[in-house]
Amino acid sequence: MDKDIIISKINDFLIDEFEVDAEDIQLEANLKDTLELDSLDYVDLVVSVESNFNVKLDAEDFVNVITLQNFYDLIDSKMN
Amino acid sequence: MSRVVITGMGIYSCIGENLNEVKESLYQGKSGIVIDPERKEYGYRSSLTGMVAEPVLKKLLSRRERISMGQETKYAYVATLEALKNANIDEQFLSDNEVGILFGNDSTAQSVIRSNDKIREKKDTNLVGSGAVFQGLNCSVTMNLATIFKLKGINLTVSAACASGSHSVGLGFHLIKSGLQDCIICGGAQEINKLAMGSFDGLGVFSINQENPTEASRPFDKNRDGLVPSGGAASLILESYESAVKRGAKIFGEVVGYGFSSNGEHISTPNVDGPSRAMKKALDQAELLPEQIDYVNAHATSTPVGDQNEAKAIFNVFGNSNTYVSSTKSMTGHECWMAGASEIIYSMLMMENSFIAPNINLEETDEDSAKLNLVKNTINKNIDVFLSNSFGFGGTNSAIIVKKFE
Repeated sequence: MDKDIIISKINDFLIDEFEVDAEDIQLEANLKDTLELDSLDYVDLVVSVESNFNVKLDAEDFVNVITLQNFYDLIDSKMN
Repeated sequence: MSRVVITGMGIYSCIGENLNEVKESLYQGKSGIVIDPERKEYGYRSSLTGMVAEPVLKKLLSRRERISMGQETKYAYVATLEALKNANIDEQFLSDNEVGILFGNDSTAQSVIRSNDKIREKKDTNLVGSGAVFQGLNCSVTMNLATIFKLKGINLTVSAACASGSHSVGLGFHLIKSGLQDCIICGGAQEINKLAMGSFDGLGVFSINQENPTEASRPFDKNRDGLVPSGGAASLILESYESAVKRGAKIFGEVVGYGFSSNGEHISTPNVDGPSRAMKKALDQAELLPEQIDYVNAHATSTPVGDQNEAKAIFNVFGNSNTYVSSTKSMTGHECWMAGASEIIYSMLMMENSFIAPNINLEETDEDSAKLNLVKNTINKNIDVFLSNSFGFGGTNSAIIVKKFE
C-alpha cells in the first residue's frame, strides 16, 4: 500500500474514532502527549490498525513509537 | 441517627425520557410497550418489550468516557444527569463532598456477548478493545458513573435480580441513616436488547399477547398471561436532612422504612410469607400502621403466580384497610433491575402531584386481587405516605416506605 494512503487512513481513524483535532495531527506530534492518548488508547490503536490494515501489532511494536511520524513508519514497515 | 431525604430524581424509561414526560404518561395511563421484530427472528417466544432510544452522548462525554459504557450505563448516565440537576448538585459539590453511588444492576449481557463474539471471530483477545472489560463487569454502571462524576464516597453495585434497584435505595438509606455517608446517588439500570432477555423468555414467563402490545402487561387482571420485559434507568439523590438543609436543597420526600427478606424456597416461584415479612419490617421501622399508608406501588409483574401471591401478601399485611394499590408495570412493563428505583420515582411523582396512577388493563379481578383496593383509573388524591414493593428471583424481597417531608 502506498504510504500516502496509509497516512491518510491513519489520520482518518485518529480524527473519526479517537476524536483527535485535525490541526493537532503533525508529523512531530507526540502520540502520548499531543494527541492525549493514554495506555488504554494504545489497546484501541491496535484494534484500529487491524481493522484498517489487517496488521496485528504487539506492545513491543510501540517501544520506539514516540511521534506520529514513527507511527506512520511502523505501519508502513508492517505493510510493505 | 440521621433522617434520610430524597432531594433529586432522574428517569429514562419507556413511558418518558424525563420526569415531566413520565409524570404525564403516569397520569394518562399511557403504555410504553411495543413489538421488537428482531426478537422473533432471534428465537424469542415473545417479541413484546418496553423500548427506549439509546442516548447519543458524543457531545456530552469524551471518547474515553463513552467507550467504557454499555447500554445500561448510558441510560443510567442520562437519568443521573437529570437527578443531579433536579437536586441542584454541581461539579463543585461533588468535588468538595464525599458523595457515593449505589446502583442496582444485574446484567451486561449485550456487552459481554459482543466482546466474546469479537474474540471468537479474531481468535485474539488483543482485538477486543479497551472498553470491553469496563462494559462487561456487572458493576459497569457504578464504575463508569463514579469516574465520570468524580465521586468519592461508597462505590458499589447491588445485584438482587428484579429487586436490585429497591435494595440500592434501602442500603443507601441505611448508610446515610447511620452517619457513614451524607449523600448517595441510588438507582437502577436495565439494558433493553435481544441479547439480554433470551434466557428469561425461555422460561415461558413473558406475555404472548402480541396482537395488542399495550394490553399485554395486565397485573392483577384475571386474564394476565405473563410479564413484558422493559428497561432504562432511574436515579435518586438520597441525602441526610442536615446536608440537604445546609445546601438549601428542595426536599421531595423522606425515606422512613426499608424492609427486606428472603423467601428461602424456590428459585423462581415467589411465596406469600417473604414479601409479607418485608412489608411488615418496613412498616415497623417507619413506626407506621398499615392504614397510615395511602398507596402501595405493587411489584406485580403480570405473571399468574407472582401477582396472586403478592395480592395475598398485601392482603395479609393491609387487610381491610382499603389502601389503594396499583402496579405501574401495567404501563412500563417489568423494568427488572431498574424497577425498584424507577417505581419509587413513579410513586414520588404521584405524591408530588397528588394523584394515583392507574393499573391499566385491569378488566376483571381474580379471587385474590378482588380483595385489594386496586386503582383502575387515575385518581386525583393527596398521598402522604407510600410503600413500594420489589421482589426478585432467588426469593429476594424489598419494601421501601417514603413519606412526604414535614
